[in-house]
Amino acid sequence: MAVLTRYETVIGIEVHAQLRTSSKMFCSCPTGAAAGEPDEPNTRVCPVCLGLPGTLPVINRRAVELVILTGLALECHVETDAVRFERKNYFYPDLPKGYQISQYALPLCSGGRLSVPVPSEGTEVLVDITRAHLEEDTARLQHGGRDHSLVDFNRAGVPLMEIVTEPDLRSPAQARAYGEALRDILRHIGASDGDMETGSMRIEGNVSLRPMGAADLGTKVEVKNLNSFRSLERAMEFEVARHAEALGRGEQLTQETRGWDEGKGRTVSQRSKEEANDYRYFPEPDLPPLRPAAEWVARLRAGMPELPVARRTRYRQSLGLSAYDAAVLTADVELAEYFDAVVAEGVAPKPAANWVTGEFSRLLNARAADGLRASGVALRPAGLAELIAEVESGAVSTTTAKTVLARTFHAGESPRAIIEAEELGGLSDTRAIGEAVSEVLANHPAQVAEYRSGKTQIYGFLVGQVMRHTAGRADGRLVDEELRRQLDGEQ
Amino acid sequence: MISRQDVEHVAALARLGLSADEIDLMQGQLSRILEAVAQLRDVDTSQIGPTAQVIGLENVMREDEARAGLGRELALANAPLREGPLLRVPVILEEGR
Repeated sequence: MAVLTRYETVIGIEVHAQLRTSSKMFCSCPTGAAAGEPDEPNTRVCPVCLGLPGTLPVINRRAVELVILTGLALECHVETDAVRFERKNYFYPDLPKGYQISQYALPLCSGGRLSVPVPSEGTEVLVDITRAHLEEDTARLQHGGRDHSLVDFNRAGVPLMEIVTEPDLRSPAQARAYGEALRDILRHIGASDGDMETGSMRIEGNVSLRPMGAADLGTKVEVKNLNSFRSLERAMEFEVARHAEALGRGEQLTQETRGWDEGKGRTVSQRSKEEANDYRYFPEPDLPPLRPAAEWVARLRAGMPELPVARRTRYRQSLGLSAYDAAVLTADVELAEYFDAVVAEGVAPKPAANWVTGEFSRLLNARAADGLRASGVALRPAGLAELIAEVESGAVSTTTAKTVLARTFHAGESPRAIIEAEELGGLSDTRAIGEAVSEVLANHPAQVAEYRSGKTQIYGFLVGQVMRHTAGRADGRLVDEELRRQLDGEQ
Repeated sequence: MISRQDVEHVAALARLGLSADEIDLMQGQLSRILEAVAQLRDVDTSQIGPTAQVIGLENVMREDEARAGLGRELALANAPLREGPLLRVPVILEEGR
């Protein structure tokens, strides 16, 4: 590690996030399959997104709004005058037109910043945001064999936002913290699903090392193919170590793109980076200029949803939640909204947080692969609130409540109705317990006699019998009281 | 006159393999095209702002409403090669986009 203290790590992050719109960026094709339907390849396509001759793109207003909203959340300057779409020219089978409509010289948003807490370092870093711009996604390629690739154009033309930072991050942990903070924001404002695993959010890390105190940046390497925040952190750690070792030996690094190999835990060189001017950007002649009206931007700013930082602060300061619970809840905006709704039903914040981040999340995560999110759970917040109230009042045990939750989670039945219908509630009725005790004593005359002769260790057996008789539902304190009253009283 | 290297570079970007004769041919033809366009330099543009559009429209947008597209069979009707529901193309060795 001695060598690491001689160098400073410099990381910049580039994020591509698919925007949460119904239709594509420049045509009306759906961005996803209908709910519950499989996504059949090459079905969500039209002449525009296939790049057929004679077609014209038309800008999706919602996509522009979502980028502006993101820019505002990141304290960017939102350009209201000279916004421009440009053609980025390159030939690759994932690009039907032979160019991607993107933004280059005049992006929608620029010059922002994001304050990122880094719990593992006990710090908070201020990350400058270079730009956030709008472009279109490419087709999905499958590498079919040695001599051919297979193309699915469903993804071609899906609205894509690119967010670029300045090289302000100083460690792999900071890079990860930035990625997670950005994802939380995108989810809170509804701009993107922010899902690394499915690729709706993709991260590239640009990493270099320079001698401590140096002003100039070292040779940077761009790392792709990062499918999780953990991969991002691990890949950055790998590169930092690799650079430090090379620099320590006096070697020159090559500016290149490398791919992360999750299984082997290392990066592999992909290709040398093409010069930026090879893309031959020029203004997109098929799109009239875009000048977002200042009133439009102001309206979006006024309607900005609560951002994760504000929500976390509210959870900790107003609701008294732990930093951990606050972080878990805000990492999934739908979970946070569900929690808010449970609390709004009158449940105390602490038990509400315990149930939502605990058993509820466990059941939710078990179906996450099927795309289930909190908003789609059959049991609505009022139902969970009802169940928590039953636990808090002592009417049912936590174990029983978990069973009830598992049953109604996908069915949406009222937990109270289940508890009543199946008599799962605890028995705290003195008369019912009294009857159970009488019956048990009548059925076990030998043991009763034993107890009364002074062998009081048999008492535990009698308690057990009463509990069995009531299927474990009897309140232990009442059983004890009643048993002693009847045993000692009838002597 | 543009250089042979320029022609080779542009050909590589366009993923075209050119023979030596074709490079000669393109060098001449591309040079003449550039010379023709270069005549625009003689126009006095000192009083004219940068212009990327002349049609006078702006802020043309559509609402975010999805509609069904072509359908797969129509979309792939002219594809030279298919493999099931997918379009099949020659492999591009340069990875990583």
